[in-house]
Amino acid sequence: MLRMILAAAAGGLFGAGLLVSGMTDTARVQGWLDIAGDWDPTLAFVLGGAVLTMAVAWRIAARQHRALLGGPLPGPPPQQIDRDLIGGSLMFGAGWGLAGLCPGPATAALGFGGAASAVFMLAMLAGMAATPALRRWLDRTLPARG
Amino acid sequence: MEQDWIRGLIGGVMIGAAAAMYLLFNGRIMGASGILGGVVDGSARGSRRAENLAFLAGLVAVPALLVLSGLIPREAAQTHLSSNPAVLVAAGLLVGIGTRLANGCTSGHGVCGISRLSRRGLVATATYLAGGALSLFVFRHVFGVI
Repeated sequence: MLRMILAAAAGGLFGAGLLVSGMTDTARVQGWLDIAGDWDPTLAFVLGGAVLTMAVAWRIAARQHRALLGGPLPGPPPQQIDRDLIGGSLMFGAGWGLAGLCPGPATAALGFGGAASAVFMLAMLAGMAATPALRRWLDRTLPARG
Repeated sequence: MEQDWIRGLIGGVMIGAAAAMYLLFNGRIMGASGILGGVVDGSARGSRRAENLAFLAGLVAVPALLVLSGLIPREAAQTHLSSNPAVLVAAGLLVGIGTRLANGCTSGHGVCGISRLSRRGLVATATYLAGGALSLFVFRHVFGVI
């Protein structure tokens, strides 16, 4: 039960941070990506603040053997740069530039973003649900992983 | 404008603190696409699924409550999301498929990956940033659809 409460609290703090920082505003995100237009540097401060805070957490985690609520901590990150990492990130970038939303802010905006936010979310979830089948198809036709 | 980057930095630290909580208490990496995707494709089971759902409940509820209660003014919670359904569906599909193929998005590869200097996190982030800037340039400045 405590694990669920902490998970919900982390999700809530993440959502509040996304809202406060302006990441649920697609104009701000697209302003950051618009290097040929009226460039908005805010996203660099958001990512910088988040990365520096999380870097401290990784240093703390490195000195621990288990999570505070029990269970293992994540192992070292995988290293391989492959077709799915590059191709997937390019697709993600294409959609991110087009609409200005990524998965976290899309979810955080669901409660106040109206119908447009719900349409984006449904399409994103459909894409996520279809990905395991798409990956199997890619493996058969483009077997160039790793 | 000065307030924008201060809000960005504060929100960014909140996002990093949420990721730190999820790592140190629950032993999990806070990646929004992995959390959503694991629920919709059924790959997250048992306590992982339960914690993912609790995280998502907090992520939707807290920003909604902050806006509905007026603690965050409505004007500060505009999404400025496109009202064109074709843009929303295409972008949603690209973000959903792309983040699941690449196994991460701005929170997982960006915040959690870069903060431990993960090679995959750094490469993915450089790729989706470049893809996002290119996509925005093409759709805004070449085709003029956004």
